[in-house]
Amino acid sequence: MPDAAEEIVPVAARRPWDLSMLGPYFFILPAVAVMLAGLVYPVIQAFYLSFYDWKIGTDFDDAPYVGLRHFIRMIGDEDVGESIWVTLKFGFWTISIEMLLGVSLALLLEKPIRGASVFRTIFILPLMVSPVVVGLIWRYLFDARIGWINYYLGQIGIEPQVWLGDADLAFFAIVFTDIWQWTPFIFIIVIAGLQALPSEVLEASKIDGANWWQHILYVKLPMIRSILLIALLMRLIDVFRALEVMYILTGGGPGRATELLSLHIYNRAFDTQQLGYASAISVLLIVIVFFLSYGILKMGNPLKEKADI
Amino acid sequence: MSGVQLVDVTKFYGTVNVIPPLNLSFDEGEFVVIVGPSGCGKSTTLRMIAGLEPVTSGMIRIAGKDVTWARPKERDIAMVFQSYALYPHMDVAGNMSFALRLAGTSKEEVARRVRAAAEMLELTEYLERKPKDLSGGQRQRVAMGRAIVRDAYCFLFDEPLSNLDAKLRSTMRTELAILHKRLDRTMVYVTHDQIEAMTMADRIVIMEQGHVQQVGTPREVYNNPRNLFVAGFIGSPSMNFLDAELQDDELRVTGQGFDLPLPPRLHEAAQGHGARQVIVGLRPEHFAARHAGGGTEASFLAPVDLDVKVAEYIGSSQFLAADIGGRQVSAAIEVGPDSAPLTSGTYLFDTNRVYLFDKTTGDAIA
Repeated sequence: MPDAAEEIVPVAARRPWDLSMLGPYFFILPAVAVMLAGLVYPVIQAFYLSFYDWKIGTDFDDAPYVGLRHFIRMIGDEDVGESIWVTLKFGFWTISIEMLLGVSLALLLEKPIRGASVFRTIFILPLMVSPVVVGLIWRYLFDARIGWINYYLGQIGIEPQVWLGDADLAFFAIVFTDIWQWTPFIFIIVIAGLQALPSEVLEASKIDGANWWQHILYVKLPMIRSILLIALLMRLIDVFRALEVMYILTGGGPGRATELLSLHIYNRAFDTQQLGYASAISVLLIVIVFFLSYGILKMGNPLKEKADI
Repeated sequence: MSGVQLVDVTKFYGTVNVIPPLNLSFDEGEFVVIVGPSGCGKSTTLRMIAGLEPVTSGMIRIAGKDVTWARPKERDIAMVFQSYALYPHMDVAGNMSFALRLAGTSKEEVARRVRAAAEMLELTEYLERKPKDLSGGQRQRVAMGRAIVRDAYCFLFDEPLSNLDAKLRSTMRTELAILHKRLDRTMVYVTHDQIEAMTMADRIVIMEQGHVQQVGTPREVYNNPRNLFVAGFIGSPSMNFLDAELQDDELRVTGQGFDLPLPPRLHEAAQGHGARQVIVGLRPEHFAARHAGGGTEASFLAPVDLDVKVAEYIGSSQFLAADIGGRQVSAAIEVGPDSAPLTSGTYLFDTNRVYLFDKTTGDAIA
């Protein structure tokens, strides 16, 4: 009979050549590699470049080291300040309206009413369209001479507008286009959250006497609070990333009326060839997004709050 | 007429009729348990009373008012759900006071009622906790507390104990019974567990496939089951059923492996019924070991041979899985905690406790 003590060998020591222990690391390796290559490396690179005054087409080795000069310059740069202001304005209007519309539509269409599923499908189509195509579609729709919007406004007796040539109207146009494309995103996330709510809790609130409005305000919305915060966070990050649609629709104009921070960075980097300075503004953008995201995530635990009506 | 009444209530899902015309009447202050297997329509019935499920036809009255088409909040009811259905974002006090706050009750009154209910349910120290920080039993109490503070006319319970472990379930059964005595409100309780029904109910409604099989006190449904379904459903372990034949001129019923004398009242009923082929019902707990003696004056013990397959020791009794004439039966024999495992042999059966059922209809013969 074999000695029992001899059989008890630590798992790791039993087969030192056993590669199966590396299995989990092997499987997450692609994701880690993509994260490093696609996220961490560009951030480090942007940070690194922000200390140099490098122009495209010149040898990087010849680029002079400028230390914090780009960052100091940024403080007094009115163009940067203006594009941050445009971005915040754009974010405020788009996210507020998208959240309001997306949540309202999700609340209306979550029930299995006739035609809801068809509408749901149609409604999410804008999400499937590439931002470049969205930009082109709306550029033609908003076109002052051949655009459908002016055509239909004309049908009801309204004068044609120079949608993309007037500062206020162009800003309205980019807000409207963003709402058109991204409200479905809020809608999908919220409707998924609503449909996952336990039916008995919702029934309990009916028995407790909640009317339609109280039912939504005190039970449904608080229960999907974390989902709403995630949707808000993702949209906020998107606002600071938004580039393609504005690039095609208005190019940031007229003047700088629709030049969001990301577009401003792009223009600095590739129009005026100030890659180092553009990188410094990118670092600022990363810092802004980081703090906004952190703030939202700090609000993120819906179960921490005391319920009160 | 006060209490709760269902008059010719039906329920269809599409073309499927899940509740054929149903007539039930519960008295004010009564604790009624609706019991039946899964899919028998008991929860649908409760949800129709609550107003969470619209009736297809018929009328529901609560406290004398026709509430058939009233919304749940207009019915003066409180409900405890199987999953507790607590609001996860509110603390215990928030959960318990939600209905009162919606109704615009003053802050002082809300606080007073929440405090009183919390004391009754021993929840005072948990008032500021969220449901996720509570155990299953505590959540169950909060769900009950939420119902109690309403001071509703009628309390509805939808399998509220089925998520609890056996020990806690037993404790909560007792607490519910005490609560009913204290509140003196009409309570309608749905469960598939006949023990809950037997221990708590003033009256039991036994349902199968939407039909009410019997309504009666726990004693009535146990002692005088109306048919095979009720006899098999009420009692634990379940009643044994054996094919048998009535002897014409003798007070006996015989089947494969047994021959039992019948008490005169049962024999007369059987004679009046006319059928010779019957089903005999024997409750496991009415078997006894041979040394049990002659029993009480009213009892009449007859020998029965049991071919014991397994004897399960549960302390003061042993559960036997055995055969009578090749048919499997179960028996619960009281033999005391120190007895050896029981073996095959001759046991006794109290023939005053024999049940006879019509073989065709399944109805009781008595």
